Amino acid sequence: MGVIYIMWLRQLKKYWRSKPRMIGSLGQPLLFLVALGFGFGPIYQKAAGGSYIDFLAPGVIAMSILFTAMFTGIEVIWDRQFGFLKETLVAPVSRKDIMIGRTLGGATVSVFQGIVVFLIALLFGFRVGNPILIPAALLFMFLIALLFTAFGTAVASRLEDMQAFPLIMNFIIMPIFFLSGALFPLQGLPKGIAIAAGFDPLTYGVDGLRWALTGISHFSPWLDMGVLAVITLCAGIVGTWFFSKIQI
Amino acid sequence: MGGETIGPIISVERLTKRFGAFTAVDRISFQVEQGELFAFLGPNGAGKTTTIKMLTTLLRPTEGTLRVDGFDPAHEQNNVRKSFGIVFQDPSLDDELTAYENMEFHAVLYSLPKALRTERILHLLKFVQLADRKDSLVKTFSGGMKRRLEIARGLIHHPRLMFLDEPSLGLDPQTRNHMWEYLKKLNREEHMAVFFTTHYMEEAEKVAGRVAIIDNGKIIDTGTPAELKKKTHSSTLEQAFLSLTGHSMRDEASTGAERMRLHKRMWGR
Repeated sequence: MGVIYIMWLRQLKKYWRSKPRMIGSLGQPLLFLVALGFGFGPIYQKAAGGSYIDFLAPGVIAMSILFTAMFTGIEVIWDRQFGFLKETLVAPVSRKDIMIGRTLGGATVSVFQGIVVFLIALLFGFRVGNPILIPAALLFMFLIALLFTAFGTAVASRLEDMQAFPLIMNFIIMPIFFLSGALFPLQGLPKGIAIAAGFDPLTYGVDGLRWALTGISHFSPWLDMGVLAVITLCAGIVGTWFFSKIQI
Repeated sequence: MGGETIGPIISVERLTKRFGAFTAVDRISFQVEQGELFAFLGPNGAGKTTTIKMLTTLLRPTEGTLRVDGFDPAHEQNNVRKSFGIVFQDPSLDDELTAYENMEFHAVLYSLPKALRTERILHLLKFVQLADRKDSLVKTFSGGMKRRLEIARGLIHHPRLMFLDEPSLGLDPQTRNHMWEYLKKLNREEHMAVFFTTHYMEEAEKVAGRVAIIDNGKIIDTGTPAELKKKTHSSTLEQAFLSLTGHSMRDEASTGAERMRLHKRMWGR
């Protein structure tokens, strides 16, 4: 228990102490809310979709969680490069506990980031459908955060340095975000995109979060929850496996 | 069975590590007794750090048997990990935590009870003269301060065996002396064995009870400093070392991780 707690605490302290990173990572969601939210708003309204900000905000919240979580997971590479990883790897604790603490820490930080984006969205005119469902929204946020922290750790455990980072960014994180239905509705999509979205775990996260925050969803929220939970579990297991196999 | 045995604290037999076609450690055998001060000397790239990594469970050996405190680092990792402390060649602190937090993190990983934790951390910080900086972030520390902090950290859980991979790097003579005095005290009073590498031959000569010299992955000779000097007809250990390993200079080689580190050294980060 002590190990999980101290790993969790470390992630929180590091996050809290790097204010520039904290503020910097708000830039992108802010830009999406402003440029896309206000830019596409009129067209979306004309197409009888209703308020685009209401549609978009859950997607942007999910996006900020995706990015923060993936980056925290990928921090394993920094720990490796700056040597701190060795300190944890020679300690008499199971790597599973280290992984769990790390992942919980990364997830906590990411959910916090998501909540900040949520509050910003409120300032831009986002309206919550049913406030009673906010705990459900938090649950979805937490699952998204856990999933991608574990996934980021899994990826980073297989890499020796940051050279693959652009690859991860452009071929993993960006597609996961853009194909998830965060920016556009899933109804009536061309077949290829619909299939891609169906395979994108974030699709279910965005959909569930959108249901919890606005009451509108493409799938049943139970399906969203189920798919997300299963994939999160898988990512956790794979991540732990890869992490426990790290040699230095 | 390990833990309380009176057998050697480290015993290595025909230990080999290959990275692809490159043999970093080539069938080496040696023993370190309980409570011994043992120096592991060799030029750059000789295989010292690779050996330490295998002994400390960070790398799996390709072949050979090894025992640390009676346990096998490849299979009984947790038992081995409990028995040693280590100061790595490269920094291994978290820059974004304070000195105290780094120490506390370590103490929790080694499950020290809370009261003992605080007491030992403060004591050790005082010993390495960082008590007044305990709440500063490590990234504000100089190289020597980081080194001192790492030494203090490695001692928190009172290991039966301490690995020091070039501990003197970047330390001034005062700190170096101070450090060795303390390590020798722990060696005397708590029977803690020390396994260290260094490029300062006079340090090895002064401190070590026994020395092993490794080059190109092979152990060339072991013995007390006096024995090695006698064998090579040298007046200092440095001369003995040079006559055993030759005068040509070496490159530091070359696992992926090593290459990355070199790259980092060259380009900043």
